[in-house]
Amino acid sequence: MAASAYASPMEKTWYCLHRMLCAMVLLFLIAPIFVVVPLSFNSVPFFTYPLPRLSLRWYQDFFLTVRWQGALYNSIFVAVSVTLLSTVLGTLAALGLSRPKFPWRTAVMTVLISPIIVPIVITAVGMYFFYADVGLLNSYAGLVLAHTTLATPFVVITVLATLTGFDHSLTRAAAGLGATPVTAFLKVTLPLILPGMISGSLFAFLTSFDEVVVTLFVAGAEQRTLPKVMFSGIREEISPTIIAAATILTLFSIVVLTTIELLRWRSERLRGIRNT
Amino acid sequence: MATIAAHTGNLEDVPLRLKLRRVERRQKLKAFILVLPLLLFVLTTFVLPIGRMMFNAVHDNTLLKLMPRTMRALDAWDGSDLPGEAVYAALAGDLKESSAQRTASVIGKRINYELPGSLSEVISSARKVSKLSDGPYREALIETSPLWGQHGVWSLLKRGTSAYTGYYLLRSVDYQYSPDSRIVASPPENAIFRDVFLRTLGISIAVSVVTLLLGFPVAYLLATLPRKSSNLLMILVVLPFWTSVLVRTTAWVVLLQQHGVVNDTLMALHVISQPAELIYNRIGTIVAMSHIQLPVTLLPIYSVMKTISPIYVRAARSLGAGPFYAFWKVYFPQTLPGIAAGCLLTFILCLGYYITPALVGGPADQMVSSFVAHYTNEELNWGMASALGAILLTATLLLYYFFNKLVGVDRIKMG
Repeated sequence: MAASAYASPMEKTWYCLHRMLCAMVLLFLIAPIFVVVPLSFNSVPFFTYPLPRLSLRWYQDFFLTVRWQGALYNSIFVAVSVTLLSTVLGTLAALGLSRPKFPWRTAVMTVLISPIIVPIVITAVGMYFFYADVGLLNSYAGLVLAHTTLATPFVVITVLATLTGFDHSLTRAAAGLGATPVTAFLKVTLPLILPGMISGSLFAFLTSFDEVVVTLFVAGAEQRTLPKVMFSGIREEISPTIIAAATILTLFSIVVLTTIELLRWRSERLRGIRNT
Repeated sequence: MATIAAHTGNLEDVPLRLKLRRVERRQKLKAFILVLPLLLFVLTTFVLPIGRMMFNAVHDNTLLKLMPRTMRALDAWDGSDLPGEAVYAALAGDLKESSAQRTASVIGKRINYELPGSLSEVISSARKVSKLSDGPYREALIETSPLWGQHGVWSLLKRGTSAYTGYYLLRSVDYQYSPDSRIVASPPENAIFRDVFLRTLGISIAVSVVTLLLGFPVAYLLATLPRKSSNLLMILVVLPFWTSVLVRTTAWVVLLQQHGVVNDTLMALHVISQPAELIYNRIGTIVAMSHIQLPVTLLPIYSVMKTISPIYVRAARSLGAGPFYAFWKVYFPQTLPGIAAGCLLTFILCLGYYITPALVGGPADQMVSSFVAHYTNEELNWGMASALGAILLTATLLLYYFFNKLVGVDRIKMG
């Protein structure tokens, strides 16, 4: 609330203090990112200001070294596989869950979203023991399955959100006009839930792309992903190339999540939930 | 007559009702089939492994599997004195076999958990026993290693005749079995886990309080500013929220280093003359974790504040309440659901932190998760990892249950 013209001096002081505190907290929130990103353009391997000269050598290092290149390739490969798998599984499940009178809805829903509730180390250890038994340790298949488990809840939640307020009489109308269930799905349901599906798949992609703990446990030396290489790099000695990698990850997250936000906004507007 | 009437009365609609029910059942089945692939997937790749891990916390059949003869012979032992020759002969047989199968180190490791220092004893006596041709084994075994003359090792082996053990869970709360199989407090050099749990709780509470103190004023500002400017400021909150935890932790490592940006700035401003120790200790851990959790606490408070109508405070003011009194007595109580949701969520998430304490904390700042990882990857003591994990998981799930009762999981939003 803005300080009114007839506020007491005490109130005005409080108002100023509050504003200053908020400015400091917001600075605290945003500063780490904005202070660190420029350091990746430093021409010398130190983490201090002022920068003597700007240079792209760390990005060159990132894109041209075999270690980082391999990690980037692994990350993209795993994340794309995870996205495909979790989008299919998650969308099907969301379609089922959105049907009226779904049996044991709460219980099933709880099981399906439990991977985002359980502490990540517990998931990682559980999967590690399990994979050791079934021989999936240190394999791409194991890593993709593990990430899919973590990513699918986001697809379920996002697609379900698109389906709330979905008018089921549309599919019924399609069926009444002679469409087979498959045609009705492809021509009526799919276009309507597509924004939700895309958002969900982007969330899935990002979940896999940023994931580090489970990867540390179940992936071998061959499946080194970008976050895994970053993590071990920070443990040894932090290099500007890691900052360059972090900058690229950040840029990626921002682009992806802005897309999701725009999609959600558009979808809500189209469905008339939000009238702006 | 009456029954016939009732029967004929229903004759028309029974098939319809049945038909309806059948259709409904088919619809339910169809819906369920759509969910089935994911449900099966989550059950096999997630619920089952975690269930197995929980089971591992109380289940350990190492001794039962690797020393079958001894275990069978021990069934008859009353546990009062050292067992008789028959049991020693069985032990010699098992040790001979373990020497041939190269499993002596596994047995030794299991005994070593409870009787430190016995790993090498077991391996060496297995090697020596394999050279013995025949008995009497009792004296011969005690001669190869005094370990077998101790009452404690026999109580341990006797406990091993059951595939279920409370050992790992007891260790996790700093208890263990005494040589006569009673439950006693662990000696101080082993009693570290109560500290670890208390530390985890302490850090989680501290982070929840810090994020509340920092987040509440900002949430208030965002909720009361005009839409345009609050949207702009909201980006400053959401942007860090969108960045991965690893990246934000990396940023703090860079900032808080001995010659990092924070120390350099403070020294340039002559606030300090020596670089301050900001990283690899509790300060670094709390700062980095609070930074990561701040949006999580802030956003639920903000969304509750958004729904609070300003007319209540105005009414209080017009009835003569001072600005602070009106805020404290009228506005603040209405924000409590948001505060509870935000703080509880942050608290629950903090309990499971692993990456951030590992990278910016010191050895004394590692939380339960780090120990779970340590026992899994380095000590290869899966029983301990499972027991610690089981306790952490149970605590988390209980808190989520309360959170769900209080707030509702459906209200968790992303972004």
